[in-house]
Amino acid sequence: MRDIRKMILVTAPDALIEERQKLTVTLRPEQLHRVMEELRRDETIPYDYLISLTGMDWGDTLGVIYQLSSSADLTREIIVITSTANRTDPLLYSVSDLYETAQLNEREVYALFGIRFINNPDMRRFLLNDQWKGFPFRKDYTHDPVVNPVTVISSDIVDIAPRIRETAGGDLVEESVAIFDEDDYIINIGPQHPSTHGVMHFRTTLDGEIVKKVDVHSGYIHRGIEKLCENMTYPQMLHLTDRLDYLSANINRHALCMCIEKAADIAVPARAQYIRTIMDELQRISSHLLAWAAHCNDLGGTTAFIYGMREREHILDIFDKTCGGRLIVNQNVVGGVMFDIYPDFQKDVKAFIPYMRRQLIEYDHFFSHNAIALGRLVDIGHLSREDAISYGVTGPAGRASGWSCDVRRYKPYALYDKVEFKEILRTDGDSYARYMNRLDEIAQSLHIIEQLIDRIPPGEVCTKVKPVIRLPEGQFFQSVETGKGEFGVFIESRGEKTPYRVKFRSPSLSAVSAIPLICKGSFLSDLIGIAGSMDFVIPDIDR
Amino acid sequence: MEVKDIKIKAFPAEEFKDNETLQLYIDELKREGGSVIVGKLDQLVNWGRANSLWPLAFATSCCGIEFMAAASAHYDLSRFGMEVTRNSPRQADVMVVAGTIVNKMAPLLRRVYDQMAEPKYVVAMGACAISGGPFVHSYNVVNGVDQLVPVDIYIPGCPPRPESLFYGLLQLQRKVKVERFFGHKRIKRNYRPETLVDPETGERIDPQIDFNTK
Repeated sequence: MRDIRKMILVTAPDALIEERQKLTVTLRPEQLHRVMEELRRDETIPYDYLISLTGMDWGDTLGVIYQLSSSADLTREIIVITSTANRTDPLLYSVSDLYETAQLNEREVYALFGIRFINNPDMRRFLLNDQWKGFPFRKDYTHDPVVNPVTVISSDIVDIAPRIRETAGGDLVEESVAIFDEDDYIINIGPQHPSTHGVMHFRTTLDGEIVKKVDVHSGYIHRGIEKLCENMTYPQMLHLTDRLDYLSANINRHALCMCIEKAADIAVPARAQYIRTIMDELQRISSHLLAWAAHCNDLGGTTAFIYGMREREHILDIFDKTCGGRLIVNQNVVGGVMFDIYPDFQKDVKAFIPYMRRQLIEYDHFFSHNAIALGRLVDIGHLSREDAISYGVTGPAGRASGWSCDVRRYKPYALYDKVEFKEILRTDGDSYARYMNRLDEIAQSLHIIEQLIDRIPPGEVCTKVKPVIRLPEGQFFQSVETGKGEFGVFIESRGEKTPYRVKFRSPSLSAVSAIPLICKGSFLSDLIGIAGSMDFVIPDIDR
Repeated sequence: MEVKDIKIKAFPAEEFKDNETLQLYIDELKREGGSVIVGKLDQLVNWGRANSLWPLAFATSCCGIEFMAAASAHYDLSRFGMEVTRNSPRQADVMVVAGTIVNKMAPLLRRVYDQMAEPKYVVAMGACAISGGPFVHSYNVVNGVDQLVPVDIYIPGCPPRPESLFYGLLQLQRKVKVERFFGHKRIKRNYRPETLVDPETGERIDPQIDFNTK
C-alpha cells in the first residue's frame, strides 16, 4: 500500500490521498491519465481491472469516480476521483485507451451528466437518444414532458460519432468520424428480436456472411433507476434492484442490503445469513438454468429450452412457498430477511439437490457433447484473458477465459468464507468454455447449499431497523457475485435519509461491450450463439 | 348473446370476474343489430380466431421471463392454442407488451403494432405496461402503453404470475368471441394518445395516421 501512495505522489505531488472505506485518491483532471497509466502498467500489482466508472454531480463540480482493482489480487481496490468546475462544457480525459470497458461507460456518463471525454474515439450518447435535451442525472435537471416528449415518430440513427482529440501540441480538436464505411451493408439485429435476450440493438455490417463490425445500441429499457433511487429512502430503494438483473434479483438486493448494513453498522442475525446464502445459490442455479436454456434455444435446441425451464420451476416453487414471489423474490431487507423459511423448506431443497444432479448428467448426455452443438460452440467467440480483464467481463464468462474473478472467493460476504467450493476455471475462452462453466457452477452451487441446509441456526431472521435509515456521510461500495458476474453497489451519502447518488455496476454491460470484439470475423449466425454464451440481461445494462 | 353464452373450454363463465363490462359491450353491439345468418358465421369465425391467437411477445424486461415460463412445459400456454409465438408482427394476432416501455422504445412499439395485420389485439402485461409501474416517476418511462397503442386487456402484477397471464388471455378469448367479424364491429379498446406530440414541431399527432408512410 505504501508503494502505491509513494508512486502516486511522485506523479501527482498535490494528490489528496485518504483512507476512507477504500483508499481514495483525488486528482486534478490533467493528472488523471498519467496516474491511471502508472497504476495500469505497474509491474508488481497492475491495477488493470476497472470495476466501475461513475459519473457524479457534486453541485458546483462535475466529476467521475473510478473504482480500480487488480486482476492479480482482487482484494486490492483503489478509488480515483477527479472533477471539473466547468458545468457548461465539462471536459475530462478519457481512460478508454487503458481500459476497454471505459469506452461505453464514458459514453453513458456523457449522456447522463454531459461530461465529454477527450481522446475517447466515440463520443455519442449511449443510453439516450441523440435528440434528448438536457442531462437527466444532473442535480439541476427537472424533467419536463414538453421538452422531452413521448413520441411515436421514429428518428433515423446517425452513424457519425463526434469526438475530441488532443493533438501532440496539446490543442483540442473536435472531429466527427463515420462508424461504418460508405458501402457497408448494415443489418439491424434488434431491438425487437427474439435472440438478443431482450431489447438489445446490434447494428452489424457484413462481408458476405462474416461479421465485419458490430455497433452496440442500448437504452431501449433505460428506466433511470439510479436517478429514481435519489428520491427514495433506503428501504424503498430495495425493490428497484430486483428489476435490474431480474434473473439474479435476490443477489442484487443482497448487495444493496449489505452496502446499507455496512454503512449504517447494522448486524445481521446468523439465521438470516444462512437463508440469504442458500437463497442466493438457488437464485444462481435458476439464473444459470435460464441462461443455459436460452443459449441452447439460440443454437436451435428447443428441447433443451423446455428442459431448462422445467428444472427452473422447481426452484421457483421453493421461492413461491417462501415468500410468494416467483421471479422477483422480495425477501432481503435491511437487517436480514423479510420472511422466515417455511417448515418444509429444508425437505424441498434437499429433494431438489439430487434431482438437479441427475438432470445435469442428462444435459451432458443430450446437449453438451452433441456434434451439432459442439460445432457451434467450440473455438467460436474467443475472448482472451487480457481482453476479459480489460473489458471487465466477470462471472462464468470471465472465468472461462482463465481469469479467476469470483467475488465470493476474493471478497467473501455472507457465509462464503465458511463454505467450501471450487471456483470453476477454464482457459479456452470460447463459447463452449462459457457454456460448460455455467453447468459446472450449478454443481458447485448445489454443493454449497448442501453444506448449509442442515446447519441453519434457530433465532431471529431480522434485526429491528428503524423505517427511516440515515447513513453517515461518505462513499460506500459493495460487490457480490451474481449469475452474470460482479455486481457492485455504490452509494454516496450526505447523512440524509435519501442517498445523494447511487450507482450499480452492471456485469452485463461489460459482457455486451466485449461483443464487438469477439464477434468480429465470425459468422452472422454465430453472433447469436456468442451473445447467448455471454448471457447478458438488458435491463441490467440500461438500468 | 349474453355473457354466459360465451363458452371458453378451459374456464367456466361464472368463474370469470367483471362480467358486467363485457355485458355492456355485448349490449352495445346488440343495439346496432345484425343479421342472423351472418351472426352464425361470426360465431364460427370467432371460434376459430379465439382458439388460435398467436402472440407476439414484445418482451422488454422481467414480464418477458414470466411469459417464457408460461409458454414452457410447466404451465403450457399451448393448452389455449397460443403457443405459436411469432417473432414477426405480420403473423401475429395479439401483441403481449411484457415490460417497461421507455421513450426510446415508444416509436418502435408503435411501428411493430402498425405492421400487424387486422384484427389485432394488445395485452398490457404487468404494472410497467399498464401505467409505468414502479418507474412511473422516471424521466424516461412511458406511463402506460395505452398512450401509444389501443389496449384490450390489462394484466396486473409485477411481474404477473403465469396464472394471471392465462386469466387475461382467456378474457381476451371471450372478447374475441363476442365480436362481429363480418361488418368489423370491434368492442371497445382503451386508448389515450393525448400526450403524443411531434418532437420537432411540438404539434399533437393524429393517432389515425399511418406512421409507416410518414
